[in-house]
Amino acid sequence: MSWFEKIMPSRITTERRTKSVPEGLWIQCPHCSAQLYRAELARNMLVCPKCGHHMRMGARDRLRTFFDEGAFTEIGENLQPQDPLKFRDSKRYKDRIVQAQKNTDEQDALIAAHGELFGMPVAAAAFEFKFMGGSMGAVVGERFRLAAKHALENKTPLVSFSASGGARMQEALFSLFQMAKTSAALAELSEAGVPYISVLTDPTTGGVSASLAMLGDINIGEPRALIGFAGRRVIEQTVRETLPEGFQRSEFLLDHGAIDMVVDRREMREQIADLIRKMTQRPARLSEDTATLKALDLSEQDAAD
Amino acid sequence: MDLKFLDFEQPIAELEAKIDGLRYVGDDSGVNIAEEIDRLQVKSASLTKQIFSSLSAWQVAQVARHPMRPYTMDYVAAIFDDFQELHGDRMYADDDAIIGGMARLEGTPVMVIGHQKGRDTKERVRRNYGMPRPEGYRKAQRLMQMAEKFGLPIITLIDTPGAYPGIGAEERGQSEAIARSLFVMSRLKTPVVGVVIGEGGSGGALAIGVADRLLMLQYAVYSVISPEGCASILWKSADKAADAADAMRITANELEQFGLIDGVLDEPLGGAHRDAESMAAGLKNALIAQVEELKALPTETLLEQRAAKLAAYGEFREG
Repeated sequence: MSWFEKIMPSRITTERRTKSVPEGLWIQCPHCSAQLYRAELARNMLVCPKCGHHMRMGARDRLRTFFDEGAFTEIGENLQPQDPLKFRDSKRYKDRIVQAQKNTDEQDALIAAHGELFGMPVAAAAFEFKFMGGSMGAVVGERFRLAAKHALENKTPLVSFSASGGARMQEALFSLFQMAKTSAALAELSEAGVPYISVLTDPTTGGVSASLAMLGDINIGEPRALIGFAGRRVIEQTVRETLPEGFQRSEFLLDHGAIDMVVDRREMREQIADLIRKMTQRPARLSEDTATLKALDLSEQDAAD
Repeated sequence: MDLKFLDFEQPIAELEAKIDGLRYVGDDSGVNIAEEIDRLQVKSASLTKQIFSSLSAWQVAQVARHPMRPYTMDYVAAIFDDFQELHGDRMYADDDAIIGGMARLEGTPVMVIGHQKGRDTKERVRRNYGMPRPEGYRKAQRLMQMAEKFGLPIITLIDTPGAYPGIGAEERGQSEAIARSLFVMSRLKTPVVGVVIGEGGSGGALAIGVADRLLMLQYAVYSVISPEGCASILWKSADKAADAADAMRITANELEQFGLIDGVLDEPLGGAHRDAESMAAGLKNALIAQVEELKALPTETLLEQRAAKLAAYGEFREG
């Protein structure tokens, strides 16, 4: 039993895996190199039980481990990416979309949904980094807007989990304008007094960082997540200096006042719920107010950082 | 005048050099030279027309970045009266890469905010090549909120390679500064007219570009990433910038066709720098018309229209 399970024994229950483990029962932690048992890692929400390193988590797993019972209703799930520019570099954008859809089983890089968190209705959006680097194209922007609209109309808090390299170059200016679109939706939400909590996970950079991700009433970073506007290489080329260790990590942002808190993924639900309870004038959560989480169904790609 | 011709303008440059040479020879041989100059000037104009009628996106980007292109301050001087520059974000510093202040547009008080590049090396460094740091965006936000408070329409002039990618900029929250600008601009209770006058460089441009009406000068460009940056990522070589510029559809005419901007302002033959005065006059007329139209709208309608416009960005399929 890991140290974490000793502290929080019953919250996260695992179901028996029905799918067979494709290959490799063991996964190496990219941070401490410990050999980790896949099922144990899944139980631990993809956090290394040895060193606490937070591995990247897919959008669907994120929402499954966020909502009560892992249950949620998707918003805008029928939206499909388009290629208005007929963009082509070494590959056609159309082909890149098809490939990404095949690899991830998702239609685009964001899932928007609503469900319950400790019995409270909430809307949430999660980025799928494996879908073209979580880049923000028109579908991502529209789904996010719809999630914000759902939150506005139902006066339910909105939570986002970002993991994105930024804008989607293949949608060019359409993509850039998603920054304005999502920020505008959040401004309306803010005017209506509906809470928005932004969770920045590894990595959150570029146009996503410079729009929806930094606009939370509360901004939360996951431990050691890379968060910043410009990429490391661009900065190094511009200033011709080597960047200090820890630059653009969550803890660095916390030190510089850009985020409110750094929260361990395994406590995220409780922390967010307690914030929302205060922001919405609800009574404190009772200690027996727990909800069963659906276990992570850790597929082969999940832990491949 | 040394026009600093671009590579693709070399045939024009040669003609112009010939014309200058003839002028230098002077009147010695009388009428013939004047006639020859006239003839060459006509030829130069038609050649310019011909070259500029079929510029590639990458060539347009070169015009947009032309070292002699009019910058924000040039337009401020030519278009507005009584400009009073206002400085500082009240928190950390004054960023010279973004200028702002109150001025009068045909008598109407307005707030003008724009990126500012430098004309010579010293000024370029001071203006950080028009690449703002967080302070610049926070100054812009402050001035916009002040404009809202006093009911002044806002005019923004966009001309930047992008937000500055530096260590200090990251430490002081470049992302938040840009994000907050978008957030604030989307709900300003006063009209906003944005004009891309040169380079519309990504988030650093958009941060002062959320507007009720977004216009572009004919040879301005607007893109999510620089053509060089896009090429080095997607083509793995910055040499493919021309291909990237094409693929991203960065020109005013293309962006208008996609419905991403509201209008294109024609430039003088050969680009704005060839006749800055007439460019400024054209821009002034457009600004007056837009401000007048927007000022006539009730605030509620203005905000509804802006929200609807922002919500509509992006193309996708349902089903």
